[in-house]
Amino acid sequence: MGNARPPAQPRSDVARWLQRVIPKGKSLVTSVPYLWLLLFFLIPFVIVLKISFSDTQIAMPPYQPLFSWAADQVLQVKLHLSNFAFLVQDDLYWMSYLTSLKVAAISTLLCLLIGYPMAYAIARSRESTRNILLLLVILPFWTSFLLRVYAWIGLLKNNGFINNTLMALGIIDQPIQMMQTDFAVYLGIVYSYLPFMILPLYTTLVKLDLTLLEAAADLGSRPWEAFLKITLPLSVPGIIAGCMLVFIPAIGEFVIPSLLGDPGMLMIGKVLWTEFFNNRDWPVASAVAIALLLLLVIPIMIFQHFQESGGGAHR
Amino acid sequence: MNSGRPWFRIMALTLGFIFLYLPILLLIIYSFNKSRLVTVWGGFSVKWYDALIHNQAILNAAWLSVRVGAISATVSVALGTLAGMALTRFGPFKGRTLLSGMTAAPLVMPEVITGLAMLLLFVTMEQLIGWPAGRGITTIIIAHITFTMAFVTVIVQSRLTQMDESLEEAAFDLGARPAKVFFVITLPIILPALISGWLLAFTLSLDDLVITSFVAGPGSSTLPMVVWSKVRLGVSPDINALATIMIGIVATGVVIAGFWMTRQQKVRDRDAQMALAANQDLIESLKQG
Repeated sequence: MGNARPPAQPRSDVARWLQRVIPKGKSLVTSVPYLWLLLFFLIPFVIVLKISFSDTQIAMPPYQPLFSWAADQVLQVKLHLSNFAFLVQDDLYWMSYLTSLKVAAISTLLCLLIGYPMAYAIARSRESTRNILLLLVILPFWTSFLLRVYAWIGLLKNNGFINNTLMALGIIDQPIQMMQTDFAVYLGIVYSYLPFMILPLYTTLVKLDLTLLEAAADLGSRPWEAFLKITLPLSVPGIIAGCMLVFIPAIGEFVIPSLLGDPGMLMIGKVLWTEFFNNRDWPVASAVAIALLLLLVIPIMIFQHFQESGGGAHR
Repeated sequence: MNSGRPWFRIMALTLGFIFLYLPILLLIIYSFNKSRLVTVWGGFSVKWYDALIHNQAILNAAWLSVRVGAISATVSVALGTLAGMALTRFGPFKGRTLLSGMTAAPLVMPEVITGLAMLLLFVTMEQLIGWPAGRGITTIIIAHITFTMAFVTVIVQSRLTQMDESLEEAAFDLGARPAKVFFVITLPIILPALISGWLLAFTLSLDDLVITSFVAGPGSSTLPMVVWSKVRLGVSPDINALATIMIGIVATGVVIAGFWMTRQQKVRDRDAQMALAANQDLIESLKQG
């Protein structure tokens, strides 16, 4: 958009001054979303960092200020590292970080194993059916996440649909305990995040040059060989994008483990929620959030890199 | 290649779609169940729908959620379009990486972190400048704009990259100002993306529980918050009815929007082809003349 047309001559000094002060055109377009995101997305993290170093107090807001004016007009800065020390010392936090990593990793892998064949099948369908199939993948994503997770309770309960069906068919005599197990949490995460896995995979698979596979077949390679040597390596960008889109939010997941999981199952999102809402310990909740962010920096940067290179632009 | 292993593709799709749709289907079926026991079929009934429309708490929460969703989706589309334009049309500029990072990060940021961060911002701002006074609909809307904007930006960005830039260039060559080019050329072409962006932002806002719970104040319970307090206690049939209504509305909306956009796309493609043909004719006649 580089047009170098001279701006219209302002009529008065005031107008000229205004023209200089108010960002015009391009810079206005950029600065509005920029300022919004700086104020409401970036600065909040700085505040979280600040509060993670402060001490709890029983008041509203329930934390002590970091900076205070001491009696002799000297600015005092009190940095409490106690919140972080607390996180390191208490096994509960370590355990919940590890559990979250484990749950997110297993769910991501399951998502990939289910999503890849689906994305592959959609990408290889006729062009007219492709759009309908894609719509069918995206449609559940448009309906309430909370209610879709809730729907699984009806299926997984001891007297729920799955157990009732299996018992009616005579396959089992006693209901299988599925609710409040790790299995239910994996299932819930895979179910909720599957569209996020399928879409980037589909985007890379549909762009794949099919003549490569024909060439491989002509040269005598079996379909599976061709898949492993051509399709799979070429779809790596989609795999990475899909895995990051599932893995990162799954680590901090709160709703699914709370509704479907064992109440004793500690995931970091639940711990943060409890510290904040039940214990009203804002500084510790902030420290948990900072620690979680540090854990996520690398995956987020991978995702960001991919997003920049344009492969994941289409969701 | 297309003929290779069709059974495998059909099986993958069938199982996958059963997995995706069985829970939703059962939810809908059991919303018409007469029995209070959600898993035992006691005959057809619409009594849970009746109970639902007489539940004032749910109705109030739904109305609040719709208002929040409409306002935040609208602002979010405006901001997301600006961000999308900045990222695709302005080339490299100072701070571009930061902007693109800030628009991509909310897509994957765990909601508990975003929610906590936004709440602490609002509390700090209230201490410093006295605004926003307390928490309620304003803070919910600001939070929703911020996290839905990322999704709108991605959609708009991908549409802008796919779009044929030569149309905009032609308009510039003919002497149109940037604002005019945007409103006359770019906006109509990316309109479908803006509509799907708005719908997505609206449904995400309507659906959000975690971020909202952090930034909502007393007396501003949105629909997911009311639903959450009910489903924590287990399955309840009126929630099934509510889910069915919401799924019905969303599915109808998405399907209608989908059809409409496909048709618009076809019309546009035909127009573009006709314009191209006209151009060819013009060039030919110029050559001959």
